[in-house]
Amino acid sequence: MGKLDGRFQDNVIVTSVDYFVNWARLSALWPMTFGLACCAIEMMAAGASRYDWDRLGMIPRATPRQSDLMIVAGTVTLKMASRLKKLYDQMAEPRYVIAMGCCATSGGPYWQHGYHVLKGVDRVVPVDVYVPGCPPRPESLLEGVLKLQEKIRHQSIAKVG
Amino acid sequence: MTDQEIFDVLKEKFGDRVIDLTENVDPWIRIQADAIADVAEFLHDDDKMKFESLMCLSGVDFPEHLTVVYHLYSTPHAQKVTLKVEVEREDPHVPTVENVWHVANWHERETYDMFGIVFDGHSDPRRILCPDDWEGFPLRKDYEVQEYYHGIKVEV
Repeated sequence: MGKLDGRFQDNVIVTSVDYFVNWARLSALWPMTFGLACCAIEMMAAGASRYDWDRLGMIPRATPRQSDLMIVAGTVTLKMASRLKKLYDQMAEPRYVIAMGCCATSGGPYWQHGYHVLKGVDRVVPVDVYVPGCPPRPESLLEGVLKLQEKIRHQSIAKVG
Repeated sequence: MTDQEIFDVLKEKFGDRVIDLTENVDPWIRIQADAIADVAEFLHDDDKMKFESLMCLSGVDFPEHLTVVYHLYSTPHAQKVTLKVEVEREDPHVPTVENVWHVANWHERETYDMFGIVFDGHSDPRRILCPDDWEGFPLRKDYEVQEYYHGIKVEV
């Protein structure tokens, strides 16, 4: 038998690096507090006691430098778009984006006549999950987070982007 | 005081610079653009008027001219009055009333932002809502949205 025999007893778990890294990443998605409009109220509700996204390991951070996930919750004006891009650029990789609500997804009610509204945040930053609704209920946002977790679960460190 | 009485007082004091009174559900008095600061100061200071509150200052785009609307309220006398100033669409200028009601500062900035009406004498004549480098004045009827803003496609 080898040198390790009997030294660790039951405390050794064999797993793949991918599984372990993905598990670590998806279990602690720290979102940046980034509320822009009424969606932010639902996002706050998702973080409060009734829905409690802390169950998913999500702890809101006040700075992009400590965040893994940007939840764009609300209407993004063109004035805000450049700031949003700047915040996204400050986040450390791997970084993820959830576009919450119709405004962040496509411009929503400002689709046609909103001269000042960005028609979808995916024109500025890459979006991982789109959550529709106006605003989406906290359940929808949590479903979006679960979808993102599912996405991360199937990533491989060989081609993380 | 009724609107007619207010109009008569203004007419007596300012003559032709006060144009006319339109009786309506919400009557208004038309003032010449260059007189608005003087009229505003009088309405604010005069003991019988005491219009110490500028409830709203807004702009309107009509086909032939732009209009600035002043909604005033007098707390001591519990009365309202509406003033209107008409200016041409090309290069519109109106004297500021910021020195009379300080709240006019932001209202006039917003009116400038949306309609391009320049308020002469304003202490801080910048845009207030749109970015400083925004092109055009969005609430004008002939406004056309710019195609790109800082490399971001604006239109659908």
